Amino acid sequence: VCVWGQAEPLNSNGQNSLLEEEEEEEEEGEDLFTGSLSVPLVLSLSRSLSLSLSLSLSLFPSATEEVSLDSPERDVLLSDGPSPVTPPASLISPHLPHNHLYTHCSFDEMEEEDTPDLFDISILVSDPEKVGEGMNAYMAYKVTTQTSMSLFKSPQATVRRRFSDFLGLHGKLATRYLHVGYLVPPAPEKSIVGMTKVKVGKDDSSSNEFVEKRRAALERYLMRTAKHPVLLKDPDLLTFLECSELPRALSTQALSGAGILRMVNKAADAVNKMTIKMTESDTWFEEKQQKFENLDIQLRKLHCSLDSLVCHRKELSVNTALFAKSAAMLGNSEDHTALSRALSQLAEVEEKVEQLHQDQAGADFYLLAELLADYIRLIGSVKGVFDQRVRLWQRLQDSLLLLQKKRDAEAKLHANKPEKLQQARDDIRELEGKVQQGERDFEQISKTIRKELFRFEKERVTDFKEVIIKYLESLVQTQQQLIKYWEAFLPEAKAIS
Amino acid sequence: SLVQLACNSSKTRSVSVDLNNDTALIIDIPDALCERDKVKFTVHTKTTLSSFQKPDFSVPRQHEDFIWLHDTLVETEEYAGLIIPPAPPKPDFESPREKMHKLGEGEATMTKEEYTKMKQELEAEYLAVFKKTVQVHEVFLQRLSSHPILSKDRNFHIFLEYDQDLTVRRKNAKEMFGGFFKNMVKTADEVIISGIKEVDDFFEQEKTFLLDYYSKIKDSTIKAEKMTRSHKNVADDYIHISATLSSISADDSTAIKKHFEKLADLFEKLRKVEGRVASDQELKLTELLRYYMRDIQAAKDLLYRRARALADYENSNKALDKARLKSRDIPQAEEQQQLCLQKFDKLSESGKRELTSFKGRRVVAFRKNLIEMAELEIKHAKVMLTMIYRCLFDNAYAIMKLALNVVTSRPFP
Repeated sequence: VCVWGQAEPLNSNGQNSLLEEEEEEEEEGEDLFTGSLSVPLVLSLSRSLSLSLSLSLSLFPSATEEVSLDSPERDVLLSDGPSPVTPPASLISPHLPHNHLYTHCSFDEMEEEDTPDLFDISILVSDPEKVGEGMNAYMAYKVTTQTSMSLFKSPQATVRRRFSDFLGLHGKLATRYLHVGYLVPPAPEKSIVGMTKVKVGKDDSSSNEFVEKRRAALERYLMRTAKHPVLLKDPDLLTFLECSELPRALSTQALSGAGILRMVNKAADAVNKMTIKMTESDTWFEEKQQKFENLDIQLRKLHCSLDSLVCHRKELSVNTALFAKSAAMLGNSEDHTALSRALSQLAEVEEKVEQLHQDQAGADFYLLAELLADYIRLIGSVKGVFDQRVRLWQRLQDSLLLLQKKRDAEAKLHANKPEKLQQARDDIRELEGKVQQGERDFEQISKTIRKELFRFEKERVTDFKEVIIKYLESLVQTQQQLIKYWEAFLPEAKAIS
Repeated sequence: SLVQLACNSSKTRSVSVDLNNDTALIIDIPDALCERDKVKFTVHTKTTLSSFQKPDFSVPRQHEDFIWLHDTLVETEEYAGLIIPPAPPKPDFESPREKMHKLGEGEATMTKEEYTKMKQELEAEYLAVFKKTVQVHEVFLQRLSSHPILSKDRNFHIFLEYDQDLTVRRKNAKEMFGGFFKNMVKTADEVIISGIKEVDDFFEQEKTFLLDYYSKIKDSTIKAEKMTRSHKNVADDYIHISATLSSISADDSTAIKKHFEKLADLFEKLRKVEGRVASDQELKLTELLRYYMRDIQAAKDLLYRRARALADYENSNKALDKARLKSRDIPQAEEQQQLCLQKFDKLSESGKRELTSFKGRRVVAFRKNLIEMAELEIKHAKVMLTMIYRCLFDNAYAIMKLALNVVTSRPFP
């Protein structure tokens, strides 16, 4: 656990020792790789590597899953309704300066408890099936959960869910957790165009692609939600994964990812949102906010470039197919026998290459582009919780201001109006309570956000690393196949006499 | 505008087989200059033939001069039975020019590094177009110099040797011929060729073959060109992806930093190779197809001229019959008929020879280029595979090390 806890630096100031060690190691390792690697050596190395890699990834899952929350906090969080959560007083000491708690120790050491379960859960979304006809038709997806965790009734559960069910789940989780600073993963977006094609019954590649894109997005959504230690214990999530019947989620327009954020925003003082200038006492938040702004811009730019790549690679695939057909025709027309044969073989090679480009475009999209799209949406959530914290601060300031006014007013009042004085004192007491609550809320959300961002950054590292490896493997696959195809063609070309 | 390009002609020559076999006359284009849109080729001749004034000399020539030479050869009656090597196409910088325009427009949205790389790519593309046009003009001259009959053509020698501007001569020639013959060939050949009643099996087969093959190879050329262009687009996208990954990596302070850095580096390396794959494909495949498309058109032109000669012969027969009927002008009609028959026979004989050697030339060229293309594809794929493996190891190794927390000096046994 400690290894993972120290793996990432908590603040942007300087690297920690393990990172430096990593740098050193890589330089030593470089010895093996100087000069060009011969392909057979490289192939055998990759086999042993991928074996040990899959082993290591399964033995050492990210430490975030091993962190469990204190039980009293959990109970409190499970209460429904959008009212702010009141954590037990024992957990919060509002007067402690924030920096002290978080910069030098990992969260694991702070909140470690006997973990009841090692995080072990896999969720698959599969087998999309069209149900019904016409404009009332919808796609139903199979959701299979496999787990050894005691949270679940059984180690395997299979249910059928439709898209609005997912939106309904997300809606419940968002209303419950977003406003106190938890990063609730956003649900996939609705798409009127995409769904209409499916409803109308177009069985072409674009509507198939749409369904596949949605299926993959729903799977990632559930896994990301389940990976969250707080959300995993939410009864609505458990119900979603385990119960065969689910009450139909209504008015899902309001419950799309963007819709939820809008709702949460509206619940607070929307007018003030634009004009709030918070005096940030904690530079950590300022830094992080700036970082996420920058990251957002960069990820969007990268996503744009990847979109372009996917588009061009698909074009390449199409053009290769067209050329293949043309080369086949040319081969038929050629009257020199050996050349005719070679041209036909060329056409066959190009047909296979076309499929390679198509597959690579798929990897470009489903691995890289969709990951970036997910993170761009997640950063939207991050911005949302930052904004929520600012709103709580604003509320606190408003209460403080009002308290001061009432105190000033009370001071002016005198004994000649006893009922008014009493009323004023009652009011003040109430406001004092409100201020205390506001301070607690603000502390709580600040603490939660720090924890959430820590977990988020770790998950981001794991996610990206995993995807980068998978993507590189797809590139390897493509090049290996290319070599195979052209090596098979070469003797054909040489056979021309 | 680009500056002088010194290109090694033996390297760039690809679509035709060894043409400088006859050491009596060796021609190459060692360099060319590009000013605005005009390309000036330096045509260099080395010869042991006494018909030339000097053994080693160079002259500057423009594209229009090549066209003039080609057209005079086509118009020469004596060469009607030969396949005249196709004229080189006009230098076309449209594609890189368009790209440069787009680059200028998009400059604001790119980082300085990105812009520099895109500019490099653009310069490489200009260079590629340049090399292509030099090659194709060079091959034209070399086809002539290696042809037993055409290499002796007087206008060809003037082209090689005349150290003044050819513009004046060009204008005169145009006034003389007016390009009449050439235009006729372009519009009418298919109809005329298909229309004649063929008595010779060889020419019947050739006709069928060439007409069909021409349309197929034209289509293949267009499709190959589209395929190559898509490939270049993919390589260009890699530039942007690499640049953005670099920026993200620079701002990142987590363990991801290195992975992004390595991935950015990989994309940059890959795009160079992908660019080479695209341009090799263009040279070995697209240009090959394009060249033989034009060569087949030249062969079709030969069939056309022969068909015309046959038509003339048939007409002269009819005229002779008419003369005999009227008992007037019989000797002239007989003479005319003889001339037409001679011409037709000469064309048929020469044509058969030319078409047979053409097929041989085509097969050899296809073989050479297809082999080279396959070998290059394999080579580039292996290079890219090595790069990707390296990146994969660097990434995976880092994860593994972290997971196992093992400090060793050698990661693998």
